[in-house]
Amino acid sequence: MQVNEKLAVEHGLKVEEYKLICKLLKRTPNLTELGIFSAMWNEHCSYKSSRLHLKKLPTKGKKVIQGPGENAGVIDIEDGDAIVFKIESHNHPSFIEPYQGAATGVGGIMRDVFTMGARPIANLNSIHFGSTQHKKTKNLLRGVVHGIGGYGNCMGVPTIGGQTCFDRSYNGNILVNAMTLGLVKKNKIFYSKAAGLNKPVIYVGSKTGRDGIHGASMASASFDDKIEEKKPTVQVGDPFTEKLLLEACLELMAGDSIIAIQDMGAAGLTSSSIEMASKGKLGIEINLDKVPCRETKMTPYEIMLSESQERMLIVLENGKENLAKKIFDKWGLDFAVIGKTTNTKNIELFFNSEQVAKIPINILVENSPMYDRKWKKTKLPKKNKIQKKDLKNLKILDILKKMISNPNVCSKKWIWEQYDHTVMGDTIQKPGGNSGVVRVHGTNKAIAAAVDSSAVYCWAHPLTGGKQIVCESWRNLISVGAKPVAITNCLNFGSPEKEENMGEFVECVEGIGEASKYLAFPVVSGNVSFYNQTKEIGIKPTPVIGGVGLIKDYTKMITMNFKSEGNLVLVIGKTEGHLDQSLFARTILDEKNGPPPEINLFNEKNNGETILKLIEDNYIKSAHDVSLGGILMGVSKMCIEGNIGIEIKKPNSLLNEFEYFFSEDQGRYIIEISKSDIKKVTSILEKNAVHYDEIGTLVGKSVSFNEKTIVPVDELKSYNNNWLKDYMR
Amino acid sequence: MKSSVITFPGSNCDRDMDVALKKFGFKNKMVWHNDPELPKSDLVVLPGGFSYGDYLRCGSVASKSKIMQSVINFAKSGGLVMGICNGFQILVETGLVPGVLLRNKYLEFICKNVFVKIDNKDNPYFKNLEKDIFELHIAHNEGNYFCTEDQLKEIKDNNQVAIYYCNNDGKIEEEFNPNGSIKNIAGILNKEKNVLGMMPHPERMIDSCLSGEDGSLFFKNLLNNIK
Repeated sequence: MQVNEKLAVEHGLKVEEYKLICKLLKRTPNLTELGIFSAMWNEHCSYKSSRLHLKKLPTKGKKVIQGPGENAGVIDIEDGDAIVFKIESHNHPSFIEPYQGAATGVGGIMRDVFTMGARPIANLNSIHFGSTQHKKTKNLLRGVVHGIGGYGNCMGVPTIGGQTCFDRSYNGNILVNAMTLGLVKKNKIFYSKAAGLNKPVIYVGSKTGRDGIHGASMASASFDDKIEEKKPTVQVGDPFTEKLLLEACLELMAGDSIIAIQDMGAAGLTSSSIEMASKGKLGIEINLDKVPCRETKMTPYEIMLSESQERMLIVLENGKENLAKKIFDKWGLDFAVIGKTTNTKNIELFFNSEQVAKIPINILVENSPMYDRKWKKTKLPKKNKIQKKDLKNLKILDILKKMISNPNVCSKKWIWEQYDHTVMGDTIQKPGGNSGVVRVHGTNKAIAAAVDSSAVYCWAHPLTGGKQIVCESWRNLISVGAKPVAITNCLNFGSPEKEENMGEFVECVEGIGEASKYLAFPVVSGNVSFYNQTKEIGIKPTPVIGGVGLIKDYTKMITMNFKSEGNLVLVIGKTEGHLDQSLFARTILDEKNGPPPEINLFNEKNNGETILKLIEDNYIKSAHDVSLGGILMGVSKMCIEGNIGIEIKKPNSLLNEFEYFFSEDQGRYIIEISKSDIKKVTSILEKNAVHYDEIGTLVGKSVSFNEKTIVPVDELKSYNNNWLKDYMR
Repeated sequence: MKSSVITFPGSNCDRDMDVALKKFGFKNKMVWHNDPELPKSDLVVLPGGFSYGDYLRCGSVASKSKIMQSVINFAKSGGLVMGICNGFQILVETGLVPGVLLRNKYLEFICKNVFVKIDNKDNPYFKNLEKDIFELHIAHNEGNYFCTEDQLKEIKDNNQVAIYYCNNDGKIEEEFNPNGSIKNIAGILNKEKNVLGMMPHPERMIDSCLSGEDGSLFFKNLLNNIK
């Protein structure tokens, strides 16, 4: 096949990129080489539009062992233990084939974590779908949930938390982001940097097939006219093989045979081999005849670009081949020595004793394009003046019932009961709370994790939205009594080639950076997903933050269910009555304009740290952060979970009851304390200059306002619990 | 007391079972599916998971693996064999206990706490337990127990039903049946009552900070009964 500009463009490269390739190589690449360039230089692998901006994120900290650049980030959780974690997107495949797309997303992220030597101990996911009225939504949701469960359940890793959102901007582009946390000893972390000459390069795991070649970006014409015969471009997951691969890798890792290890994820053998060699400043030689193939007559091009799942590449110490092979034989997995490290700094491929590709590695990695794309700043929208007359005919009870069964607020039990969330026997806080929590097996410590997004805020004002999600993640960890340690981010945006979308990206990243820097909550890993658009319509900017925190003594963990009658309920943090972009404004008043609530990082930090102190001193019986829907949504959920009622008295303030109960001002928490502790608690709050309102007392089985309006908790519970179940059945 | 937990490729509750057995005083050994013989044991456990990926009928490949002949001989000679979840599925595939396990009624994986009522305490697993109603945890996709009318009659005549799904008051009704099992059956025994298969996981209920502690009662009692 003739390699030319046209073919390069069909491979997703730009004309100027193809010219650069020819210039750097000082010749025209052959087809295999062109394939390798297109895989290494695409947005997914090269971060060519985002690199410049990602550099601005704070990635260092006292607890950071490994920041971005490896398979996953690593943080220190003391006593020689470390947590490896990362979040990744699998949006496009999940829209094409929801079950396999979601399943392989979960499989891929788990591989990133156990590649580093860590046993996965928890999964989370953030999934976004189109409007609940859209004809595709139900099937996509069902398929994605089955896929996530199908893979995670089989692996025996608990899914401890997640987030599900519905918004019409995802009608043509759903988002499936999967996060995994793994536990490893600090001195047994494995990296992808190859070292040493003539070290054997080992292929283990599943055989290589024709699935996933070039992903969905592959243009049809480049494969001649037999395109219909090609296998679908979505990869197919095999969680059973991955479970075996996990156990086999961990068994091999217990010894000292491995120099470097890298999973074959996006761009398969191409990116894994090149990355390992590049990090070690080495060359690599691969004999493609030795690669275990599932199908006959696979070409070098196909072998190099296949995205078959459940495969790993390992650089081994000399002489350890037999020992390693024995372990993989025991687990019934393929094992093949396919090449070696060299000092040429080239990647050299051989097939049928012929050299079929030779490319200097620095051209592929360091010289890959980087763009400073044009972007447009988003102005802070003007505040809406919500008129008193708009509120005149509204009844608080009607609003409460409507909002508690809103698809974005209602209980997601239908989803998380399909995920095994208790396997491994260490899940001490199940999905549905502020964060999922797992014990560090055999210790008094526990790890809390949460995933969050606020696309509506990011859409209204990306800079504020970016800050807000980091803060929300921080609050979700604090609410269970965890000290926030670090975050991972999954940045889902439209096309970087459009100034508006690029602007959303740049400003969200700036906001994330600002908040995580202020809160000492660094970004240790992440992933960027651009081009989430259909027919020129992009999704709302949706950065997703996965936060991780440490609880030193798990017996001090806090849950959100109200505990006992007679206890007092306080709102921590000031309620200013900001209704713009709130669930109330958008769903009840149908008002979509205005700025998101402001972020005050000083208050955020101060309020959070004070809550942690109150937890440390055993004053807090239950806690929940105030987020979507405001105070009343939070209190109602705490009543539902605890099966206890509350008498609410609106504190004296200039705000009307709608502003007080439904505004989404930030930096706030709802806490339950014992009546006898009120003086001690308020003195701590006052000493730390933290604003608080006392809003009620727990009593009976109903929620009542100012002793007039009453609704039974059971009724709220059925509104909250039934919506999704009824929708799906 | 010595116990053995079999690890099949794809087992994923083997460690949890090991932790639980040791916590309550068993001397437990992990046994690889490809081993020819069981070590000397007072109790053999087939743990939960997805043996061989369960790509064929759940448990069918595992039931033919090398160690299983030794497990079957052990059961036939009166040894205690307990299958939990995937272990139950493997047991029905060996024929040691009657019936089959179909996909759950709504074709969805279910992970949640359930109540079960013990029907028969005249066996080494439930003898001497003070309570009748236990809160345990289920996590499965194929737990929908089914058998023929004749089998059902035989099972009932021989007192082989071990536990039923029920509510917290012990009421055994369809609305408390999580997966569509015939007659709410959650676990059954063989005729001789030395082999138990059940879907709920007692090993996930051994700590007050997990889902609950009814699993602890089960294991403590089991150890005392075997002693």
